[in-house]
Formats: sequence, C-alpha cells, structure tokens
Amino acid sequence: MREELFMAGLGGQGVNLAGQLIARAGMDLGLNVSWFPIYDPEVRGGSSTCTVILTDERVGSPTSDHPTSMILMSADAVGRFADRAVEGGLIVINSSLVHEAPACHACRMLMVPANEIAVEIGNDRTVNMSLLGAWAAGTGIMGIEDIAASLRAMLPERHHHHMPDNEEALRRGAAIGRSACLGDD
Amino acid sequence: MSEQRQRVLITGNEATAEGGIAGGCRHFFGYPITPQNKIPEYMSEHLPPIGGVYLQAESEVAAINMVYGAAAAGARAMTTSSSPGISLMQEGLSYMLGTELPCVIVNMVRGGPGLGNVAAAQSDYWLATRGAGHGDGRCITLTPYSVQELHEFTAGAFEIADRYRNPVCVLADAILASMMEPCELLPRREPSPPERPWAVGPHDPAERERNIVNSLWVDHNLMEAVNLRIEERYRQAAEEITDWEEFGSDDPEVVLCAYGISARICESAVGQAAQAGVRTRLIRPKTVFPFPRAPYARWAERVERMLVVELSMGQFVEDVLLSVEGRCQVDLLGRAGGSMPTVADVVERVVALAGKAGGH
Repeated sequence: MREELFMAGLGGQGVNLAGQLIARAGMDLGLNVSWFPIYDPEVRGGSSTCTVILTDERVGSPTSDHPTSMILMSADAVGRFADRAVEGGLIVINSSLVHEAPACHACRMLMVPANEIAVEIGNDRTVNMSLLGAWAAGTGIMGIEDIAASLRAMLPERHHHHMPDNEEALRRGAAIGRSACLGDD
Repeated sequence: MSEQRQRVLITGNEATAEGGIAGGCRHFFGYPITPQNKIPEYMSEHLPPIGGVYLQAESEVAAINMVYGAAAAGARAMTTSSSPGISLMQEGLSYMLGTELPCVIVNMVRGGPGLGNVAAAQSDYWLATRGAGHGDGRCITLTPYSVQELHEFTAGAFEIADRYRNPVCVLADAILASMMEPCELLPRREPSPPERPWAVGPHDPAERERNIVNSLWVDHNLMEAVNLRIEERYRQAAEEITDWEEFGSDDPEVVLCAYGISARICESAVGQAAQAGVRTRLIRPKTVFPFPRAPYARWAERVERMLVVELSMGQFVEDVLLSVEGRCQVDLLGRAGGSMPTVADVVERVVALAGKAGGH
C-alpha cells in the first residue's frame, strides 16, 4: 500500500498543518510516513503545498510525480496541480473557492464547500478539517477519529476548546465523502 | 537494553538540532540562513535550560571562529548553515584542521553558485569533501538520507570528530532539512568528551605546561609532521568508519549510485524499474569522506553500467569514477539549481541503459 497525498492552497488556509495531521495519524497507525512542504515566503496568501506519503514499505522519495490523492483548497491550486493526479485518484476540492470542477475525467472528484461549513459551525479555523474528513472517507485509509486524535496531540492545550468544532467539521466532510463514494457504486 | 526511545514526528532540522544535543553538544554558534533556520531556533530554546550556550553570531565568519575558540577550550561545539554560509566558514575550518580541533558543522545545501535559491541541491559535494579551506585537509563527511539519520549521524559526528581530531561535516539538503518523518530520539547524554590534554584553559603551571593552539609552522619539517599526522588519521578513518547501504537486486543489470535525497528517489526507482523489467541495485554512501570505494569497485566487475543520480552537474560522480577505475561505464543523471529528477526520470534512464547494456 502506498498513498501519495498532495495538498495545495493559499498560505493561511492550514495546508501544512493539515498535512502534518495526516502524517501524524499515519505514524500512529503504524505506517511509514513523510511530510514535505514547499511554500512561498508570504505567511498569508502565497502558494502553499505539501506532500504526505503513507506506506507499509520504505517511503523512498518524499515527493510525488503523480499523487494518488489531492486536496486542493484554492482556484490557483486547482489550475496548477489538478492534472497531476494519477488515473483513478481522488481529488478533494474546496468548492467554496473553486466553482468549477477541473476537467479531470479519470479522477474521482469530491466538492466540499469548506468555507461555508466553517461559517455554519461558527469557527473559520476549521476550513481544512472538513476537507480532511472528506479525504478520509473518500480514501478509507484512516478514520476521522484518527485525525481528531492527531489534532488533539499536536494542538497546544490552550487551543483544545476548538476540538468540538474541528470534530464537527471532520464529520461534515466525511458525510460528503461517504455520499460521493456511494454515488460512485 | 530495552531502552524505550521516544518516537516523534519532526523536521530534519529539529532532528539535527536534537541530535547535536544528544551527542553532547552544549555550545552552538550560528548565523541565520534558509533552509536551516529551525536548527538555531531549536538550539536557542533548548540549550540554555540545560546549561548550554546558544549564541547568534554577527556573521558566519564569526560563528566558525567562535566554534574554533570553544573547541580549543575543549567544548563539544557545533555550527550549522547552508551553502553561502558554509563558503564563508572555509577559512575557519582550515585553521581548525591545522590546529587539529574537533567540531561538527551541518550544511543544508541549497541551489547555487552565488546566493542561489533555497531549494534542495547537492552542489556542495566538493566543498564538503575537498574543501575545508586551503591546505592539506578535509572534513570527514557524513551523508544522511532520512530524518532519523540526520538525528543519529549528527549525534555520532561528535565522537568521530573527537576520535580523529578533525571537523566533521553533516551534508544534507533543503528537502531533508524541511521534511518531517517519524524519528526515534536518542537519549540526551551528558557531554562526556574524552580527555583533552591539548585543550587550552586555566591550569596549574606546576602540573603541566601551558597548551598553545597554533597552525603556524614556519619550519617546513614541523608543518609536514602535522600533515602526515592528519593523513594517518584519514587512513585510520577510512578503515574504521567508512559506511554505506546497498538495496535492491542481487543480480542487477544497472547499479544506481546516489546519496542523501537523491538516494531516496533512487530507492523508489529500484521498485519501479523492477516493474518495468529492469533489475537494479542502489549503492548509497553514508560517508563520502572517507568514500566507500569497495562496493563500487566490487559491482563494477559484475555490471556493465552504473547510473549516478545527483543534484549537481557532476561532483559525486567523480568519486564513483575513481572507485570503478574504468571497469564499467558510468553515466550521470544530474539536475541543478534546485531542480529534481523525478522517479520516472530515473527509471527512464535505467531502462535505456539496460537496453544498451544487453544490446551487444
């Protein structure tokens, strides 16, 4: 088993933290993992990407030519990266900022209105979590409880009161991921 | 021996810094430069609480000379930087070679020459293995290829530096520096360097004569004696610490040669080449000075072609050529300036080479 997850978005959207959560959860599930970021110098607004490898063999290259799954959080990210996904791969898209699904015929596409979900929950820091929830349900590699456990472990104690909102965002995302999977069958 | 080690997900930079502390380093001097700023940041947080010294110097030139001073006084001292900063340290390193002082430097290599960029490169291979400034001396050079190895090699570098009284360079790159992987942390040992009868410092004149740290030998016979002593230590190091890993087919058609991050790409290429019907074996040096000539020489007798993959237009390849001594063809897949070959690029070259190798 080898999952190559590529995530991209804007600086400030939580791309890299989200990637670290997946890597950490993968590690705790006993997988070999790596997380590798490339981002612009701007703290807000620049391009931000990371690659997470999850495998039961040697990780080898921490970069990915053709990711098996992607989480794309901005229109710029979709335009630049969507066509790199492997055939049959999964692309999770933040449909709040990307109004048109990319013409990527050979991929499974999950459209998640992550910003709207965050607004409904009342916590704008949860945008990345609904996307992770959809990814987890869409790939079946890990459960949203694994991601939540990883967040709890990585989040400083003083931010733990955000956990319920984050867990809610994970659930909402997973619901979208599951329904899309059913739709595929 | 059932010591439970803590397993954490950390960046290569953090693993390197914690490796230094685990190896007994309590004196860190440095100057900021991307992509290794997490190392001084980590040291500034973790050294003072355990009685260590963290000092941000006014330049890389000052930093290496602070390392020089601390090492002369017997401390386990360390600095870290990236390519342009390491260039600035060359004079200080030469003086440390001349005075036979141990220290550890880490180079998270970035694109160059000049100010270059902050992406990963392996274009400081010559600087590391041939450099350390002017004169007859070199850095002993270690080439980790994972976050775990960055941690362990940096910790172990202090023992090696002490044993051979020579600067040791941990040579990595911007990707290894910034990527995260699980890392089993070594316990933080108390600094327990071997006896240093040569160290300068307060002493009782009745007990011993004062020590002088000096690299000026006007009498050429005295200078040559130092050169011969250094050379003898390199000969010993070649016997004692040369290290490498081999991975892949026992009956390869093509042997892959790579270190550091390039070896990670090649590790993936070994599997994908097999799917494409070509048997390959990767020889990955963990030390590049001393260089593991033996495995290259051995496999040169058994394969027609080797492929060197490195993030430079051809530096490491020269050590492979010196090792195989013309016994097989050596090709180079080099990318530079922060660009990377993909796994597919490596596989494509391997398949082409295997075709050539079997075609006559």
